Amino acid sequence: MKLIREEVIHIAQLARIGLTEAEIDEFPRQLSNILENFDVLDQVDTTDVPPTTQSNSLHTVIKDDLVKPSLEREDALANAPSRDGEFFKIRPVLDK
Amino acid sequence: MPLPEMENSLKFAQCSISNPTRINERGNCLNQLNNLTISQAHRLLRNHEISSVELARIFLERVEKAEDHVQALVTRTADLALKQAAKADERIAKGDIEPLTGIPGIIKDAICTKGVRTTCSSKMLENFIPPYDATVIERLQKAGMVMLGKANMDEFAMGSSTEGSAFFPTRNPWDLSRVPGGSSGGSAASVAAGEAMYSLGSDTGGSIRLPASFCNLVGLKPTYGRVSRYGLVAFASSLDQIGPLARTVTDAALVFSTIAGYDERDSTSVNREVDNSTSCLNGDIRGMKIGVPREYFVEDMQPGVKKAIESAISKLEELGAIVDRSASLPSTPYALAVYYILAPSEASANLSRYDGVRYGYTYPDSENMWEVMEKTRELGFGPEVKRRIMLGTYALSAGYYDAYYLKAQKVRTIISREFSAAFEKYDALVSPTAPCTAYKLGEKLNDPMQMYLTDVCTLPINIAGIPAISIPAGFSEGLPVGLQIMAKPFNENTLFRIGYAYEQATDFHKQKPTLPE
Repeated sequence: MKLIREEVIHIAQLARIGLTEAEIDEFPRQLSNILENFDVLDQVDTTDVPPTTQSNSLHTVIKDDLVKPSLEREDALANAPSRDGEFFKIRPVLDK
Repeated sequence: MPLPEMENSLKFAQCSISNPTRINERGNCLNQLNNLTISQAHRLLRNHEISSVELARIFLERVEKAEDHVQALVTRTADLALKQAAKADERIAKGDIEPLTGIPGIIKDAICTKGVRTTCSSKMLENFIPPYDATVIERLQKAGMVMLGKANMDEFAMGSSTEGSAFFPTRNPWDLSRVPGGSSGGSAASVAAGEAMYSLGSDTGGSIRLPASFCNLVGLKPTYGRVSRYGLVAFASSLDQIGPLARTVTDAALVFSTIAGYDERDSTSVNREVDNSTSCLNGDIRGMKIGVPREYFVEDMQPGVKKAIESAISKLEELGAIVDRSASLPSTPYALAVYYILAPSEASANLSRYDGVRYGYTYPDSENMWEVMEKTRELGFGPEVKRRIMLGTYALSAGYYDAYYLKAQKVRTIISREFSAAFEKYDALVSPTAPCTAYKLGEKLNDPMQMYLTDVCTLPINIAGIPAISIPAGFSEGLPVGLQIMAKPFNENTLFRIGYAYEQATDFHKQKPTLPE
């Protein structure tokens, strides 16, 4: 599988990640090189093989629904880049 | 927990260790104290021959000296260490001492420490101060931990050399022009340089075992679900495990026993008793069945590594193990592809949280939300993290999910089944930890695929979720070689048992690097 420049730009948009010009130049070759190594999986017959999401057999772990102390509000907000009182502050989502 | 009988190698008894001024007068004595194992230091503390504060000071001094060369630490926590040591001394005075009480340790900077900056060696978290402790930190504190600092790593644990740190590369104490391995490179280099007696690392595809192998240490990747991941900055959640690095198998077992066990705050934590890890340290492996999977001896393996591993295997045979050199895990060659689809996919989802809103770096110069988010991630993440987010996003995107992600998950099942079948026949499997010894800084930096290949022997273990340990197994051209031992899920004790027997029969683990004065 080969990735071209336009695809790299598209994937970056999906991931909401800005790339430098140098990365936009480098990534198509580097990522294609990595993706080529994935082609070996086509050789493996996986008919009727179920997927493994994680390796121990725990599923749908539930806890009792108890009220317990959690982080203090000030602690939770302490690392906020920008805040307004007890809220995280972000830039406008909708156009004015 | 009772400690096993210790070898009586405290040759500095004549240095009058109860008198710290005299310790400082005697440089060689100081060096020996830095080389103490946890078990040895524990005995000194218990017998009041040294205090935890004295021990902390000696190690902090060593940190000062060694860091000029090694650069293993992102953050030093001298004040905290002395405070914790004083607290440990109060406990010890009351006769309340556990194996890790008052013992100096270092923590990988991917593990949250309340009030102490936790950066993951990323600009994204350069100023992040966690409001809570990871479960492993709570457990170590309960045991009387003395934390000297937070260790450098590849950014977000993505890498195999620690050159991926956004701050600076760490150097291998065995040869300062070489990498310590990664991603837990700071955790390994610091212990190898005598800056601490143990450290914690995290292992997603080999990140504890590879640096242990490159730095002549013991490094354990526990069974998936054995050690709580609560408070470990997430990379690939179905593969990540926290584990110890130390100088001896006994020390690694002591740290493991302290941090392991069920935690309801990690929904993948398994509620299962942790057996006494030191009871299996008896040196007896007679009759144990050990398989050597031939696929782990890859074509381009360094001859010196192959030689060291072959003599290690012969040693196990000499010790009475029944070795089968024709074991096979035929799907091993697919593990690399499986890993580099699954790990980046999980990473791309996990790292979506870094959006510049709740914590971490945020781009200050825009009023447009999407631009802020994209610029935050452009400037906050380094190139390898971006590559993996890109790979993962691609593998999970519409049209490619089945071909990459789902296919990799199915091959994961096949790899796990092969391990299960092997453990029907064998008590353990052994292999090299890596096909090479520590390489030069910069050597593999511009070729991601070459870097990924150093993990070829360690990745399958995370895919299957089984435990594995790397132990010192000799040298090739003066550089350490690691032997990897693998066992059934939750059979860490089998690893300790074999590792300990091998360690007793060899002296590779006693070799120490020499740093320039």
